[in-house]
Amino acid sequence: MTTSSFDSYRPPEDGPRRRRRSSVRGAVTGAGRDVARAGRSWLNRDGGGRREAPAVPDAEFSDYYGQAVIKPVPWKHEIPAYLFVGGIAGASGLIAAGASATGRHTLRRNSRYTAIATVALSGAALVADLGRPERFLNMLRTVKLTSPMSVGTWILSGYAAFAGVATASEVARSLTLPRGGVLALVQDGLALVDAPAAVGQALFGPPLAAYTAVLLSDTVTPVWFESRAQLPYVFVASAAMAASGVQLVLSPAAESGPVRRLAVAGAATDLLAMHLLEEHLEGLELGEPLETGPAGTKLRLARALTVAGGIGALVSGRSRLLAAASGIALAAASALTRFGIVEAGMESAKDPRYTVGPQKRRLEQRRREGTVHDSIVTVG
Amino acid sequence: MGYLARQLAGPTDPARDAGWSAPEERKGFFTDTSICIGCKACEVACKEWNALPLDGLDLSGDSYDNTGGLGASTWRHVAFVEQSQDRIEEARASGRRLVDLGMPQVGAPAPAPSALRTGDTVGAVPPTLPDEGDGGLDIRNLLGGAPTPDFRWLMSSDVCKHCTHAGCLDVCPTGALFRSEHGTVVVQADICNGCGYCVGACPFGVIERRTDAAVSVRKDGHVPDVGVAQKCTLCYDRLSVGQEPACAQTCPTTSIRFGTREEMVSLAHDRVVQLHDQGFTEARLYGANDEDGVGGTGSVFLLLDEPEVYGLPPDPVVPTAKLPEMFRQAGYAGLGLLGAAALAFVGRRR
Repeated sequence: MTTSSFDSYRPPEDGPRRRRRSSVRGAVTGAGRDVARAGRSWLNRDGGGRREAPAVPDAEFSDYYGQAVIKPVPWKHEIPAYLFVGGIAGASGLIAAGASATGRHTLRRNSRYTAIATVALSGAALVADLGRPERFLNMLRTVKLTSPMSVGTWILSGYAAFAGVATASEVARSLTLPRGGVLALVQDGLALVDAPAAVGQALFGPPLAAYTAVLLSDTVTPVWFESRAQLPYVFVASAAMAASGVQLVLSPAAESGPVRRLAVAGAATDLLAMHLLEEHLEGLELGEPLETGPAGTKLRLARALTVAGGIGALVSGRSRLLAAASGIALAAASALTRFGIVEAGMESAKDPRYTVGPQKRRLEQRRREGTVHDSIVTVG
Repeated sequence: MGYLARQLAGPTDPARDAGWSAPEERKGFFTDTSICIGCKACEVACKEWNALPLDGLDLSGDSYDNTGGLGASTWRHVAFVEQSQDRIEEARASGRRLVDLGMPQVGAPAPAPSALRTGDTVGAVPPTLPDEGDGGLDIRNLLGGAPTPDFRWLMSSDVCKHCTHAGCLDVCPTGALFRSEHGTVVVQADICNGCGYCVGACPFGVIERRTDAAVSVRKDGHVPDVGVAQKCTLCYDRLSVGQEPACAQTCPTTSIRFGTREEMVSLAHDRVVQLHDQGFTEARLYGANDEDGVGGTGSVFLLLDEPEVYGLPPDPVVPTAKLPEMFRQAGYAGLGLLGAAALAFVGRRR
């Protein structure tokens, strides 16, 4: 919307708004490019110097020069990795408790080791994101219920504490020590706390798997914020299938019956919850970030792997090989889901139309219904 | 409303909620963009006073805007918007529509009697012009009956909104962000752990984590506070000794005003009435409504077009307003997982 007379050469602006060009050079469009091709100079260029006029990209005043209204969260790949391993840890704690209660010894041992390994990895991922270990400890100075990150830090710490005791008890059980002496006493003590630790781990597991959805939703990132009703279900289902997947790889078929059932339930719930999430976002015209680009590719692949892994887990029966392959597919699907959702959110934050569009439609809707008292814009 | 219910949404006195037993009156800015000349003195004064590192001397190519937006090292940002006649008409029409819709008239005393205001109730300012012919100098007469220029520049100095319900403050896991006794939101760089969560929780895209891409203005090449979140403190250090913020003090056109929030909202109200009286129906206020998604902002703006034209969100909602709902859903999901795992272990043993 310049006042240049070259505007007359331009076709009418309709259809979806043009994406912002990444550079000034790329912004040379329409009349500007015609000028450049015709080899005109500032002398015969109407309206000023040749390089000056195209420097202002076609003004589309539904936004401010295509700049993002909000800022994407400055998180790198450590955070989706954290979501993935944290999910495995949370659901593995449940599997460990179930295996412990039903006397599946190998499954219990494997899932406890998985839980402690993944919770350690998630801690490491958090510290890697923050930069220094003290920065994690800094969060333990306070409890803040309005901050999902603060709540999550305490959930993670609580989980890690119970998982640590359960793992210590598991290690103690696997050692054969001479009777009498301090070590044997420790071993007996750990056997005593085994059951409480398993219960504690099982109770902290679901919050660990679910809070990360709140962590993402409690931001203004359009895709994450608007999927607040569906994201927790996606995340717990994804956690269930990933943790089951790991145990399908590690544990013998004789003990993996419950894990197979949990894997199938997780995969089915994940598919359903993702479908509902996509429908919901589609309705808000926010579906695009989930469908296009690297995030779209990841989520499509995740869906295919979820279906394949779910069916594989369902029919694997006593075939260890098929079970292991399904397990790997399910774990990979879970990882891809996390990365896909995080990346889609980042994309939605970078483009102003995902911020302004839904907000304007929401505002219009309210105004049509006669609600005008809660607008940020007022008149005298 | 109870104390807890007030913490996440709705109108409230934020300083008192934060535990200040006898807080000062809430302070704020009123940025009147209709008299901003785009001199960027506020940007410079802010940089100077707060010793903010240089973050690039690029020409963005977007009119005369070279800083692009608010960030870790840009706490005041002047936006430049070029508009042609049809866009001005649209802005004027959208402003008139707001009046027709009966948008609320906020928190100000009854203004001086004017033809526009007689007998109206809440909202519903008739978009008619007052009687002419009183012989005085009137902007409409100066504009010769067609008061729509064929081109205009909108200049607007943006700043942190110091929201009543600040997303950044609520989600900070370390307590590095706090509510000052002036009702403003301040970051403590030495406590911030650089998690970046506040960046994603700001509905206005204000707060940012400083990167080492910033070029130092210091001789030793040292850029302070890299990796921690930074934003406007509303010159907390100056307020504490009874001074006004650097940007407001330096503004040559009094486009940036500073004072108690109540006073600022009242000024803003008077100004928008004045502009409407002169036929500038595009004038509107931004952030003066305590019922909005962030409970009203400490920084009030007078805009001459839709907020998104200036890169401001048209209907911002602080994400923590929905936090109870989010935790509830997560609770159901967690219980579902617990139940599913329990069910999986019941049944056939194989």
